[in-house]
Amino acid sequence: MQRSLLLSLAGGLLAAGIAAPATAAGGDTLAAVKARGYVKCGVSEGLPGFSSPDEQGNWSGIDVDVCHALAAAIFDDPNAVRFSPLNAKERFTSLQSGEVDLLSRNTTITIQRDVALGLEFTGVTYYDGQGFMVRKAAGVTSAMGLDGAAICTQSGTTTELNVADYFRANGLTYTIVAYEKEAQAVSAYDDGRCDAYTTDQSGLYAQRNKLRNFDEHIILPELISKEPLGPAVRQGDDNWEDIVRWTLYAMVNAEELGVSSQNVAEMRRSESPEIRRLLGEEGSFGEAMGLSNAWALQILRHVGNYGEIFDRNLGEGSPLKIERGKNALWTKGGLQYAPPIR
Amino acid sequence: MIVASVVVLLVATAQENIAKQRIATGFGFFDDEANFAIIQTLIPYSETSSYARALLVGLLNTLLVAALGIALASVIGFTVGIARLSPNWLVARLAAIYVETLRNVPLLLQLFFWYFAVLRALPRPAASLSIGDAVFLNNRGLFVPALSFDGMAWLAPIVLVMMVLASRVVSTRTRAGTRWLDRWPRAGLIAFGVVSAAGILAFTVRAEVPALTGFSFQGGVRVIPELMALVIGLSTYTAAFIAEIVRAGIQGVAKGQHEAAQSLGLSRWQTLRLVVMPQALRIIVPPLTSQYLNLTKNSSLGTAIAYPDLVHVFAGTALNQTGQAVEILTVTMVIYLTLSLLTAAAMNWYNSRLRLQER
Ligand SMILES: N[C@@H](CCC(=O)N[C@@H](CS)C(=O)NCC(=O)O)C(=O)O
Repeated sequence: MQRSLLLSLAGGLLAAGIAAPATAAGGDTLAAVKARGYVKCGVSEGLPGFSSPDEQGNWSGIDVDVCHALAAAIFDDPNAVRFSPLNAKERFTSLQSGEVDLLSRNTTITIQRDVALGLEFTGVTYYDGQGFMVRKAAGVTSAMGLDGAAICTQSGTTTELNVADYFRANGLTYTIVAYEKEAQAVSAYDDGRCDAYTTDQSGLYAQRNKLRNFDEHIILPELISKEPLGPAVRQGDDNWEDIVRWTLYAMVNAEELGVSSQNVAEMRRSESPEIRRLLGEEGSFGEAMGLSNAWALQILRHVGNYGEIFDRNLGEGSPLKIERGKNALWTKGGLQYAPPIR
Repeated sequence: MIVASVVVLLVATAQENIAKQRIATGFGFFDDEANFAIIQTLIPYSETSSYARALLVGLLNTLLVAALGIALASVIGFTVGIARLSPNWLVARLAAIYVETLRNVPLLLQLFFWYFAVLRALPRPAASLSIGDAVFLNNRGLFVPALSFDGMAWLAPIVLVMMVLASRVVSTRTRAGTRWLDRWPRAGLIAFGVVSAAGILAFTVRAEVPALTGFSFQGGVRVIPELMALVIGLSTYTAAFIAEIVRAGIQGVAKGQHEAAQSLGLSRWQTLRLVVMPQALRIIVPPLTSQYLNLTKNSSLGTAIAYPDLVHVFAGTALNQTGQAVEILTVTMVIYLTLSLLTAAAMNWYNSRLRLQER
């Protein structure tokens, strides 16, 4: 325990910037990243579809692809990334202290995190909402049927707070069992310590596959919150913030314009001024950010557009088979909308 | 002094850097609503309570574990320590095995063992193990009847105390009398006190028996598995160290003391209790103190098994929700330091009372 307290103290002091990382507080993150030769990216400890390692330790997921895209934009090499797995509790301290250059870890944008933690969110990679999973045998069909239930979740999340709000607002009683590690919360639910397990709905689909008999569990229809998940950077480095923001926007714009990893070579010869600006044939937006003008071209060539990364990590091309739903482009009835590149 | 000023300097620098990074600072958040629930609260607490209250809840949960753990670890530790010196080979061997096993497996692993392996294997609420349909054990915890006292229940202890006092008076009055005369009135008065106190309690105490409704048991007192695992894990582990301290203490008492006591005709147990232990305690208490301190500090490992102690609730959830690492960790460390100093002070006081009185 002394160790854990000391570690947290060290974390706290680091957060405080005593170790004054070169990149913290207004420093030039891009210069530091270029000098180092790779991006340091904070991801989860393992959430299939978003960020999870395989047996060889290779990471995959939509959050991981955001990191690859950033590396492609800077280095023309999607693999110039080192991943740091962070649990819910560690993630913000890690970013604040400069241990990672960005946090791409299914993190909900909230005003508290934006204004009080010294962070800046750069866009929404996935529009989510919080849901519940229960055993079919419990005969519960709606979250309103959870009166008196024991509920397992991970501590240090918005999840923990939303449950409290929801049950209080609906006059329901409950007991919350909050674990530090996601894997523990899931196994506790699986072992029967809790009647329900709650997290972002995408997480429910991902975690359900880890249960012993996954078809014995159902996900309740209610979404009790808005969970816009997106990457975050430290406040005070506007250029770095722009780079991370436009990395995601470039992928969303590319999907809208029909540019993908498959056709990007031909698209360079496109007559469309929008596509030409996106791919750096016109304008010099890349240089304005300290990158090459081919930054978006590099992203698309190595990683693909938003539709592609969604599909291979979360959608039809993945084991999760999550529908595009709210994450469809705005032109297709969804919420994904990127400001224009011009 | 130097350390203190370095700390002050560090904190000041930290504050300045934090302000530069636009991270919230200060203790204003203490009054804000915490907005999260806590699974075990010894005082009234709800999501609308403040962070300060959440801190208190966490602290009390830490104190609860520490108190239960210290009591249990002492009982087990002294028993095993004495057993290690037993003339019975088997008893001594078993005690030695206990010590060697528990001392050498990391505590966190033991906590995981108790929590994830042993307590998780308990049945679902509907299939609870039960004693007399009043006490239930399942994977949600241990449920025991809650006693509620009403009306004149307070009379019971008063009657009992009065009768005991009266018996004292009687016994001094009759001191001159013969022995059996001395005894009977005393015993009679005490018996009367016990019977009438029991009678009063029978009419004024109600037991609320837990009952299975909905998802789990309602009513009664619930002991959550996280608490059980933590208390069992901490106390059995610390007991192994205490056992060694007790053994060393007993062996540290001069052999002549044993022999002298035995030649006076005292039994082995009497020798231990009346002659050896009082002297051994002088050797035992100082290292025992540090075991108590260790146990208290180790209780923060409960965070790993979701026990809502100070570290989990305050240095965990509250820290994460407010992001105010420096303030929260400083307060947490000051509290642990104070707890340690208080424990040490109490044990020092006890130790000074045990010292040889020079006459
Ligand atoms: N979006 C929520 C919850 C994020 C979260 O931590 N989710 C969990 C459950 S799906 C998770 O990803 N855990 C993986 C880990 O801790 O590595 C937040 O930002 O607070």
